[in-house]
Amino acid sequence: MSATSEGSGLGPFRRRFTWGRGGRPPIVATTICVILVIAALAGRNFITLAPDEVDFTAILTPPVWIEGGSWEHLLGTDQLGRDMLSRLVAGARISLLTACAAVIAGGTIGIALGLTAGYLGGLAEAVIMRVVDAFLALPFILMALAFVAALGTGVGNIIIVMVLTNWARYARLVRSEVVLIKQRDFVLLARVAGLNRRAIALRHILPNVLTSILVLAILDVGRAIILESSLSFLGLGIQPPDVSWGLTLAEGRTYMTVAWWLTLWPGVAIVLAVMSFNAVGEWLKARFDPRGQL
Amino acid sequence: MEPLLAIRGLNVRFGPSERPVPAVADVDLDVAPQEIVGIAGESGSGKSTLCGAIMRTLVRTARVSGEVMFSGRSLLTLNDGEMARLRGRELSMVLQNPMTSLDPLYTIGNQVEEVLRERRRDGAGLRPGGAIEVLRRVHLTAPELRVRQYPHQLSGGMRQRVLVGMATAAAPKLLIADEPTTALDASIQDEILILFRELRETAGSAVIIVTHDLSAIRRLSDRVVVMYAGRIVEEGPTGEVFRAPRHPYTRALLASLPRIEGDEVHLEPIPGQVPDLASLPPGCAFAARCPVAKDICRGQRPPESVVADRHRLFCWRAEETA
Repeated sequence: MSATSEGSGLGPFRRRFTWGRGGRPPIVATTICVILVIAALAGRNFITLAPDEVDFTAILTPPVWIEGGSWEHLLGTDQLGRDMLSRLVAGARISLLTACAAVIAGGTIGIALGLTAGYLGGLAEAVIMRVVDAFLALPFILMALAFVAALGTGVGNIIIVMVLTNWARYARLVRSEVVLIKQRDFVLLARVAGLNRRAIALRHILPNVLTSILVLAILDVGRAIILESSLSFLGLGIQPPDVSWGLTLAEGRTYMTVAWWLTLWPGVAIVLAVMSFNAVGEWLKARFDPRGQL
Repeated sequence: MEPLLAIRGLNVRFGPSERPVPAVADVDLDVAPQEIVGIAGESGSGKSTLCGAIMRTLVRTARVSGEVMFSGRSLLTLNDGEMARLRGRELSMVLQNPMTSLDPLYTIGNQVEEVLRERRRDGAGLRPGGAIEVLRRVHLTAPELRVRQYPHQLSGGMRQRVLVGMATAAAPKLLIADEPTTALDASIQDEILILFRELRETAGSAVIIVTHDLSAIRRLSDRVVVMYAGRIVEEGPTGEVFRAPRHPYTRALLASLPRIEGDEVHLEPIPGQVPDLASLPPGCAFAARCPVAKDICRGQRPPESVVADRHRLFCWRAEETA
């Protein structure tokens, strides 16, 4: 009865559930990413306590499963009696918002400049790529510190700083891909078919580099979360009363010996978020970029 | 008759200006309206570079000089925008490799429509089914299905039909086909070549077909141009050149075609190698391989000799080879 499906190696059912290049997608990491995104977008609807609501009657309450904990504060409270869970959710919002904004804005600038440099070549390419080299040569934390010192802190400025530190990587990747793709025969066909340069660049070259860009962008979210947390931890990023994981971590440091939950939860949140976005990005990279150019 | 395309003194050089590599040298060529001209020659003889110079698709480092007049306009002096408007409408091209010439991200229908849209920018809007009509004209089977398929779902011959359809959608005055059948199966080649002939009938286009397949030129073209090391060595009506080639290189090229006599296959390769374009001898580039070369051939470049109506060659022994 099953002779046909056995004879063909994998039956139709098995074949459908055999993963291609890159192997099985990272389910745990994907789930964590999805949860983080939901928490960032809609978390405020589930959490009843405001993240900055001070309650001096409940200072340093431990998590619920430890003696002295209460169901009102599942993950405990901080030195001002603020609920840790709502602070984590609020932090997720800020972290993901800044990371995504930085990736999207930096990616857009990088793509535009990389496409211009790669497609036009000549002087435009020389100028753009030298600027890219200069930005890539600077250690990014150092550059971020310099920009924060110049621009000041706050969510908007943090996003600007992160864009300034990441656009160059997009520009470099896009330019190298464009240089390859513009040699392809279909670009020559578009030329002899009478398309103008703008149409060729936007319709035939850009779509062919987008896969690589998307992979880089996902990997970059993890990197951006680390950068924002680092800056906030150092006091150069998000400022109170806004909430960020790095900031929460820094504030809890003083109480580490008496109330470990103040530092553990934001630390775990940062690690999980970064690892998850990286795992998803690596999987996409294995699937869509087997040559390993990123 | 006024020629559609008139090339005068066309030179294309690559490399540093102190030591230029002349890929195309001193080419004069006329193409009449509705004429099919075949350009033959070995690899590296400058055939494709010549096409690129006409279409202005050469790399930026190529230095092109001379004059290319196309229906009253000087192509080499047009700005990029004017050239782009001319391409695909009046002047069109079929590329060498159908396997890689379509964008893998778009359906066949999308790509044909994109070309049609460019054409009609000034005229009427895009008619529905325009793409299908284009594909039907090049005898692509099941065009209704093909417009929804992606390039990888089509065979090489089908893709070449699509490319021919795209190139001819606007009934161009001149179509340049750069080795249009090289990448295809022998059985498909004929069908593609027939398309060019049909195109001349239906659209009134002139065709320049570049190939090293001499039999294709013989069957298809009105006139043949033989190139060697970037220069035209012989040009004449196809029948006459194939029946009685005058230039020793043309003779060698025709003799190198495999002939079957009885049970044996005869192959007569041309002895020697194509010269290095960067260090050409002062005289005739073919002299080193030529069976009838004399001293003057090595020392001085041969002048043009007109041996019959519209039949000319560049050879010191032009008178003797008759």
